[in-house]
Amino acid sequence: MVDRIADPWGERTPYGPGQEWPVRVDRYLADGRGDADVDRWVQSASVLHSNGDAMDIGVADGRIVGVRGRAVDRINRGRLDPKDLYGWQANHSPDRLTRPLVRDGDRLVETDWDTAMGRVVARSRELLDGPGGWGHFGFYTSGQLFLEEYYTLGLIGKAGLGTPHMDGNTRLCTATAAAAMKASFGTDGQPGSYTDVDHCDAIALWGHNVAETQTVLWMRMLDRRRGPNPPAMLAVDPRATPVAREADLHLAVRNGTNMALVNGLLREIVRRGWYDRDYVDAHTLGFDELCRVIDGYPPRRVAEICDVPAADVERAAELLGSSQRLLSTVLQGFYQSNQATAAACGVNNLHLIRGMIGRPGAGIYQMNGQPTAQNTRETGADGDLPGLRNWDNTKHIEELARLWNVDVDMIPHWAPPTHAMQIFRYAEQGSIKLLWITATNPAVSLPDLARIRRMLARPDLFVVVQDLFRTETAELADVVLPAATWAEKTGTFTSVDRTVHISDKAVDPPGEARTDLDIFLDYARRMDFRDRDGQPLIPWTGPEEAFEAWKECSRGRPCDYTGITYERLRGGGSGIQWPCTEEHPDGTERLYTDGTFNTDPDYCETYGNDLATGAEFTESEYRAKEPRGRAFLLTVDYQPSPEVPDDDRPMLLTTGRTVYQFHTRTKTGRAPQLNQAAPDVWVELNPDDAARLDIAEGDLVAVSSARGAIQARARLCGIRPGVVFVPFHYGYFDQDPGDRTPRAANELTITAWDPVSKQPLFKVAAVAVAKLADGRGVPAPAPTVGGSAPPADAHVPPTVGGPAAEATSGKE
Amino acid sequence: MHLAHYLGLLHRAQVNLADAFRQVADAHAEEPDIRHLCQRQAKLCDAYAEQLQPFAARYAEDAPDEPDRLHSQLFSGTRTGGIGLLRDLQDLYLMAAECDIAWTVVGQAAYGVRDEDLLAVVRRCEGQTALQLKWLRTRMKAAAPQALVVAD
Repeated sequence: MVDRIADPWGERTPYGPGQEWPVRVDRYLADGRGDADVDRWVQSASVLHSNGDAMDIGVADGRIVGVRGRAVDRINRGRLDPKDLYGWQANHSPDRLTRPLVRDGDRLVETDWDTAMGRVVARSRELLDGPGGWGHFGFYTSGQLFLEEYYTLGLIGKAGLGTPHMDGNTRLCTATAAAAMKASFGTDGQPGSYTDVDHCDAIALWGHNVAETQTVLWMRMLDRRRGPNPPAMLAVDPRATPVAREADLHLAVRNGTNMALVNGLLREIVRRGWYDRDYVDAHTLGFDELCRVIDGYPPRRVAEICDVPAADVERAAELLGSSQRLLSTVLQGFYQSNQATAAACGVNNLHLIRGMIGRPGAGIYQMNGQPTAQNTRETGADGDLPGLRNWDNTKHIEELARLWNVDVDMIPHWAPPTHAMQIFRYAEQGSIKLLWITATNPAVSLPDLARIRRMLARPDLFVVVQDLFRTETAELADVVLPAATWAEKTGTFTSVDRTVHISDKAVDPPGEARTDLDIFLDYARRMDFRDRDGQPLIPWTGPEEAFEAWKECSRGRPCDYTGITYERLRGGGSGIQWPCTEEHPDGTERLYTDGTFNTDPDYCETYGNDLATGAEFTESEYRAKEPRGRAFLLTVDYQPSPEVPDDDRPMLLTTGRTVYQFHTRTKTGRAPQLNQAAPDVWVELNPDDAARLDIAEGDLVAVSSARGAIQARARLCGIRPGVVFVPFHYGYFDQDPGDRTPRAANELTITAWDPVSKQPLFKVAAVAVAKLADGRGVPAPAPTVGGSAPPADAHVPPTVGGPAAEATSGKE
Repeated sequence: MHLAHYLGLLHRAQVNLADAFRQVADAHAEEPDIRHLCQRQAKLCDAYAEQLQPFAARYAEDAPDEPDRLHSQLFSGTRTGGIGLLRDLQDLYLMAAECDIAWTVVGQAAYGVRDEDLLAVVRRCEGQTALQLKWLRTRMKAAAPQALVVAD
């Protein structure tokens, strides 16, 4: 038995370079059940983080009773994240929505589907009537639906209503990954494969606390670190995360200065001759211009800007420059910070100039945050077009028009799809009048929540919320549609390393809850969307038909799914990496193996942007560069964040995650083992800052910014001086309304975004910190596991799960 | 030699543009990208103006009287709302365009007087001015349909 709350990563199974990662099957069955108590196992994968771990759902008497990892799967080889072991229990939560709700004054009242959908359709028809009607519709979707649902939603928006105002919460987590890959390589699409961990000799983690966000990927890295010839490890993170503690070298940079760091590292690598001149000449563009910019970042200047020792910058360059098989992973410390896209491109530059791409162990993971974010991007349910097409390439739009049998100009292609923060701005200004939110919770997850609540509460904005629970956002809706979730529906989704999994329906949804696909199809039918020949715009009625339609949309594009079928995803194996075609029936492990990138002008997903402003380049400017399959080396000078500390607000706030919670806790907050491990918000302080402010472990603290203030108990731990951390998971749904204290991290965050990826900046808000009340020796409700781990001498009781969290783990 | 006048024209155009960027940033602070990027562009314009200063001084000695109507007035304050934003960005666009063509003219003159230092400044700055134009065009293209067709 293992307590996977006390030890989220479980037992090590060490292995050496080039060896296969050993199998370890993790399993949790509730209420002391054993395998014999399970009627059947149903194939699925995780939707509580972005790693894409494959699992089987155990069903008995028509209910889920537990889960186990799939030993045959290439991603997890049987292992599961604690969120997957315990999180499924949220499906059974007694407060699941089982009937639609509609607004009646200041209340939401239960109703039937006809009434609820009738209201949505009536308002839609009213708004669509007249020129510019399309512009009154906004869609804000998720990174947790299935591919088939996104594709259907994308089609409704782009060819049914003709609106560009559709984005996903993927904008908050992974927009920069997509933007950086488009900028460097021509299109989205992860070059690497998770198996690169098996082969690498160095791992660099750029703002990526993988130990808490993708625990199974971390297990793989740890198993290499405990085996023979382990990879060297570099961590860039202002916090002392488990990754930073494990790493051979930790650069605790000042928040918002990543750009200076990557420029400085590139300079060292070029000057010390640790780059591959032949690869640069044959496969890249822009080396001289890159050198001109990075030349301004000698280690001493980097040390000054980033506030790390110059010698550590040199050591980091040596670690990166001396490796033969370098693996990089990038996440929110870069994506949600200042100069996000440019800094993420800096990591791409590192791999390009060293030729560390497209071979075993030499890989890049521009990670995703949301579980199915990859599909939001691929299918065009966010700020991208279906099949990773280029909105500025008329031929690409014509392909979509032919496929959907609609007029070219029905599809909005005069500018890129509207990004999330701009959609909310249009709603605030009153030009978007219907906002349809699916499976996400902007009332807790977007920056500057007071403003977001004001927008959603506007009387002239008709808000539709499609969710499992009455979230903080649902409370502000005009119509709430009860949705079925994972395990209650069938569909596919794709991991960071392009592995496509199927998730089959295991049980019925509760009450009258319907799948998101069925809700979208019902809307399309009621709206009577038609193609050019008067036939229904969306001919499919179920997930497999939707998948087949998507395959045609993906044909010939980088994310080609044409060789994948539901049958193949189910048959014995577990997961296929796109592109998967007739010529490559088993999928494709790595992209760009021959150094040819997707930068051909007729194929690329973008003609490029200026990284400092987002200014778009034209097709003719792009063609003039004659990319010929070469990748772009792009960089800019460091610029300070839009908000920096001052006398009134002398500290920097960064927000983030714990291993036990996902997003706004809609599910994990309803799984007892997970919620008890991290039940309430906390604020992390460096002990030196705390001493100066007379704050001790457990004291109640006020954190305030120009936007608002929150209260949280203090955890003294290894965060860098001058920086405070607040987890963004905690909203208000489980607080007593009469006894509510402001606690959501996003009450504090600034409304600002990266000029290219449009990803909001959650890592750089200026705040003041003050003590409110003595904790009387009671420690903060922060886990002792992960980034919030207190020093060993702090005498904080360890986070454990106890008997309720007993899981098994071992060889099958 | 009239170069000093055109340097003066460009210098004042950069100073005016910096000022206009700041005014637009303040007037449309509710549009965070406008606010932050306009503030940044204003600083760049300040820097360009500063780099022109020594050349303006150097060539002023040889200059005859300033010709009539050398300077143009392209900005008379900000507006509000969606279409107001569009109009303000259009003003910035025209002002940046004035700078853009003035860089070209000054660059040509720099060739004429064989002034390598001035040429270096022109080369550094004219590309950035072109990017400002590009950014303004990009932002206006995205905003136009909503402001002109959709908004009440």
